[in-house]
Amino acid sequence: MNYQDSDNGWLLRVRNLTKIYGDPISNSIQYTGPAHGTNICPETDAIVACAEINFDLYPGEVLGVVGESGSGKSTLVQLLYFDQMATGGEVHFKAIDEGKTNIVTLSNQRKRQARSSLMGMVYQNPRDGLNFNFSAGGNIAEKLLMAGNFHVGRIRERASFLLEKTEVPVKRMDNTPATFSGGMQQRVQISKAIANNPPLLFLDEVTSGLDVSVQAKVLDLIRHLQRELGVSMIVVSHDLAVIRMLTDRTLVMKNGRIVESGLTDQILQDPQHPYTQLLVSSLL
Amino acid sequence: MITESKFQQTYNFGFIDESTKKEIRRKLLKAVAIPGYQVPYSSPEMPIARGWGTGGLHATLSLIGPEDIFKIIDQGSDASVNACNLRDFVKRMTNCRTTFDTAEATLIQTRHRKPEEILTDKQIIVFQVPQPEPLRSVERYEFKTRLMHAEADYAKMWVSLYESYVKFGAIMQGAGYPVRVNGRYIMTPSPIPRWDVPNLSMAPCLHVFSAGREKRLHCVPPFTKVEPLEFEDVKFHVEDFGAITCAASGGDKAFMDEIYESETSRKFVMNDSNFMDKVRSGTRPPQRLFTNPTV
Repeated sequence: MNYQDSDNGWLLRVRNLTKIYGDPISNSIQYTGPAHGTNICPETDAIVACAEINFDLYPGEVLGVVGESGSGKSTLVQLLYFDQMATGGEVHFKAIDEGKTNIVTLSNQRKRQARSSLMGMVYQNPRDGLNFNFSAGGNIAEKLLMAGNFHVGRIRERASFLLEKTEVPVKRMDNTPATFSGGMQQRVQISKAIANNPPLLFLDEVTSGLDVSVQAKVLDLIRHLQRELGVSMIVVSHDLAVIRMLTDRTLVMKNGRIVESGLTDQILQDPQHPYTQLLVSSLL
Repeated sequence: MITESKFQQTYNFGFIDESTKKEIRRKLLKAVAIPGYQVPYSSPEMPIARGWGTGGLHATLSLIGPEDIFKIIDQGSDASVNACNLRDFVKRMTNCRTTFDTAEATLIQTRHRKPEEILTDKQIIVFQVPQPEPLRSVERYEFKTRLMHAEADYAKMWVSLYESYVKFGAIMQGAGYPVRVNGRYIMTPSPIPRWDVPNLSMAPCLHVFSAGREKRLHCVPPFTKVEPLEFEDVKFHVEDFGAITCAASGGDKAFMDEIYESETSRKFVMNDSNFMDKVRSGTRPPQRLFTNPTV
C-alpha cells in the first residue's frame, strides 16, 4: 500500500475524477490540460471539464479551490454533490458505507439520500439552491422532510433556530426568498444547507454576487459556523481574499486540472506554478 | 331511420373493439399489481370528448359483462346530466341492467364521490379522474414527475402541504387529497372529498381510477392500505358537518350538500342520492365513518 491509498483519517477521498462533455476519445485527456492551454479535445471537440482530480479532505478541514472561470472548479463540486454525473473516477465518503463504496456509482435514490442528510451545497445564485415558490421556512423544511422529519412543530423550531443563527429575521420565515435581499437569500441558502448538520458542505462562489460589506458578514458567518459545527468544507472561489480568509488548504485549477496544491498560506506567499504566480500577482 | 337494433349490430358489445378492451384489461391488471402506480393506456376515441368521463367509460366498458348490473353517479347523484347520459350510452351499447341501488350494482362508475354505503368484494368502482398526477401542482414536467415517482422522491409534495399549513393554519386540499398507497406510491384519489378518502383504505371492493384525457389509469386493489399524507402533529381531517341533519331525510353523518334557498336561509341535504333515499325509507345501510383526531 503506498501513501496515496493509506487511510490517514480522510473524510472524502477523490481519485482520478473526470468529467467530459461530448465525444471523448482515448487521447482526449492527454491532448488537453494546462500544458496545452485548453480543455477542448483537438480531435473531437469534447470538453474535458475536469480530469485527473486527486485529493483527500479531512474532517473539519476547509479546502479551497481557486482558478479562473472555466477551469472546472464548479464542475468539481457539482460532481461531488451529484448535480452532474461523473464520466469516470472514484469518490469515497466516510459517511457512506464507511467509505468503502465509490459514491459516483450509487443509485439515484441513495444519491438523493446522501445529498439531503450528509451534504449541503450553497450555490452562487440563490435561485439554484432555493425554490422561490416556497417560503424560506419551506425551503429549510424540504431538507428536513427529505431526512424523514414529519413534525411541523419541530420543523419550524429548527428552521427558526437556523434562521436566527444565520441572522435572517425569523419574522420573515414564511415569506418567499424572492422578497429578500441578495445577502439574506444567501443566508437562507446556508441555513438550508446546514439544516441536517451534514458533515460535508460545498460552497460555490457564495459571496461573488454580494456587495463588500455583506460579503464580509456572510464570510464571517461561514467561518463561525465552521468552528461551531466542525463541518468539512470545499470552498470554490476565484477570489483569493475569500480563500485566504476561509481555507486551510488550497487546490489551484487550470484547464480542468489541479496545477498546484498545498497550505493556503504557502500557496499565496510562495506560489510555485506559473499560473498560480500570475493569479497571486494579479491580486489588487 | 336508424333503430336501436341496428346500433346493436353495428357496434361491438360495449362499443370498444375486443382487442382494445384486452389492452385496457391488461393495463388494469398491471395497475392492480402495482397499487397506486399510474399505467399509461391507449385511451381510444369515444363518442364523447376526452375529459368528460371517457377514462371511466374505457374502464367500465372493458370490464362490463352481460350479467353485470351497472350504476353510475355524478357528484353522488344518479340523476345528474353526466350520469344520465353515460348510463344511457352504456345501456345502449351493452343492454345491461342498470340500477340506482348501490348494494345491487356490480359495477359502479362515479365522478367525485365514493358511495357512503360499504361496497363489497363483489363490486368494482370506477372513478373518472381529471388529473391523475398528484405531483403536477409541484412539478409541471411529466418526465420529472415520473422520475420522482420512480425514486419515491416526494419531498416537494410534503413541502406544499407544509406551506399550506403555514399559510392557512390547516392543510387546505379539499378534493383529491394526496394519499400513499400500500406504503409506496403517492396517488391522487380523483377529486373525491376528504370525507371519502379513509373509505379507500382496506376496502373489500376494487377501485379503478381512470383518466381518459391524460391516458393514465391506476388502481387501489381490495384490502390495500391507503394513508392520507399527514404530519405527526398536523393530522388529516375529514369535513366536519357537526350536528347538521339532512333536510330531506332527517339523517346525519353523511357528506352533505349545502343548498341556498333564498338570500337568508340555507339547508343541507345528503350528497349521495341513493343513500339518502334509503335513509328516508328507514333502512339506513351500514357505513364506515372516520373519527377526526382531536389534535
